[in-house]
Amino acid sequence: MELIQWATSPWGQEVPIHLGWVLIWVFAIAGAVFLVGHAIWAGFFAKEETFVEPQVAPGFKERLPAKVKRHSLTARVFHWIMAVSMLVLLFTAFLPLVGVQFAWVEWHWMAGILLTASIIFHVIHASFFLDFWAIWPDRTDIADAKNRAKLMMGKSAALPRKFSKYPFENKMFHMAVMLAGLAVIFTGFFMLYRVRTPFLTRDPYIFFGDATWGWMYVLHGLAGVGFITMVMAHIYFAIRPEKLEMTKSMIFGTVSREHYLDHHDPERWPVSDETSAAPGSATGD
Amino acid sequence: MAVFRDVMPAFELFQPTSASDAVTLLAEHGSDAWVMAGGQDSFDWLKDRIKRPKVVVDLSQVSGMSGVRDLDGGVEIGAMTTLTTLVGDPLIRERFPILSEAAGVVASPQIRNQGTIGGNISQDTRCWYYRGGMPCYRAGGNVCYADTPTAINREHAILGADRCVAVSPSDTAPALVALDAKIVIQGPSGERVVDAEDYFIGPGIDITRMHVLKPGELLVAIRIPATWAGTDYYFEKVRDRPVWDFPLVNIAAVKVVNGGTIERIRIVLNGVAAHPWRLAQVENAVTGKPADESTAAMAGEMSIEGAFPLRHNGYKVPLMRNLVKRAIRGVQEA
Repeated sequence: MELIQWATSPWGQEVPIHLGWVLIWVFAIAGAVFLVGHAIWAGFFAKEETFVEPQVAPGFKERLPAKVKRHSLTARVFHWIMAVSMLVLLFTAFLPLVGVQFAWVEWHWMAGILLTASIIFHVIHASFFLDFWAIWPDRTDIADAKNRAKLMMGKSAALPRKFSKYPFENKMFHMAVMLAGLAVIFTGFFMLYRVRTPFLTRDPYIFFGDATWGWMYVLHGLAGVGFITMVMAHIYFAIRPEKLEMTKSMIFGTVSREHYLDHHDPERWPVSDETSAAPGSATGD
Repeated sequence: MAVFRDVMPAFELFQPTSASDAVTLLAEHGSDAWVMAGGQDSFDWLKDRIKRPKVVVDLSQVSGMSGVRDLDGGVEIGAMTTLTTLVGDPLIRERFPILSEAAGVVASPQIRNQGTIGGNISQDTRCWYYRGGMPCYRAGGNVCYADTPTAINREHAILGADRCVAVSPSDTAPALVALDAKIVIQGPSGERVVDAEDYFIGPGIDITRMHVLKPGELLVAIRIPATWAGTDYYFEKVRDRPVWDFPLVNIAAVKVVNGGTIERIRIVLNGVAAHPWRLAQVENAVTGKPADESTAAMAGEMSIEGAFPLRHNGYKVPLMRNLVKRAIRGVQEA
């Protein structure tokens, strides 16, 4: 199996040119195996997880609104713009490589620019208008993840706390998407110099030598095939029954009071007991 | 990069005697196989060691793939018919003289004696970066050496480029597209027929091929319907020297003119893009208009819309415009 495609440059150097495209199938099959494996495990073997019941003020639950705001309209619009651009990028990148031929390059770079613009917006929005740290794993997440793993394997461990705004798995997925996203955006920007766009003058000799260019194509491809698996997993979890409430919140912006109390620790994700979106709270992202 | 021109690397040679046997061999060996018709393009690739097929399927012994047959007022041409045969064939000369003329300006008499119509329309591009073995987009790499600020690209594309700027070098291809020919392809799953216009593909669709033939498939015949039989036509090939040269730009046009008014027309150029470039919008614009100087001027200006010349091929823009003007106003009698 060829993991990297190599070629001889005009100067006689062996340089990488692309990822080995057999990895498209490797990552797609890995994603499918994970999905099936998880579905079997969740359906037949998984035990219901138990968490420490958080302490809340008397009457807190009753005062909570029926719908707890989870995502602002801005955050939801960003998510779906990113989702559409990501799907366009994946389809335009990989369908031609598996035999569905069409003129894909313009669609690909335009979707890439849309993705880049939306992520720049997201970084600014999350840094200055939302609780920036809400999506990053903290010490409690890591300690609880260890305990959950032990409990899952039948070992004794302290009960984990309920989640903050985002479950640990969400946070790790965000981190993986962020790393792969940065890789495709960084390499994709330079690759714009190798196609015709209205923005940049085409010059394949600019910035790097052949080997560096080749590694950029390899990295772009590797992050791309990684996205195949990640998007498969993301869509799978989005439609799992126990996650539907969170998926709906990405459409309507809210989760039910019951979902909030069942899965989240009000101390780690404080919401106002008067309104679903109090100013200054971490509810609106 | 070293280029060896001494002997070819070893390959397994098959010489089937029927098209079905050839298809079986091609299906068996897939992308390892190289189809050789007249060999005029193949031997360059093989001797330069740029293409290294494990298997060569030589079609020279296949029976039933040569000659011109009547087909309801049109013709069916076997893919192995030589260009010399097309030049002199009475049926072609009577019904589709544009094809006879196009075949007659290919390369040199010796090459036309050996070269076939199937090979002529399926030949690879002449981009020297690609043919020199550089790992360009068309060779599966990640760069076009011909579209850089310092590239030598006098013969390259001004239209339809998508990363790769190579052009189709065929003289007969634009004539066949103009005549609305159908390409008959045999493959493991049977026969399929595609319009000549769809047989040729640009780099946006598949950057490593210039036509729709997939590994395991064989071009067996070309059918030209009677639609444009005996109509007016115009063919002109512009090249650096009068013989034995590829076109810088060529044009093939067929049209029906009644009372000085263009009733229907098809105009196709080659050498300007990776595939024969049909001017469908120009055809629509001139239909119903007089075949005169003003229509020709309008058509010429329309034809170059969207042209994107490279550093050294800007001359192709006025060349294309003037060829279109000539095709509108100077159509030869059939």
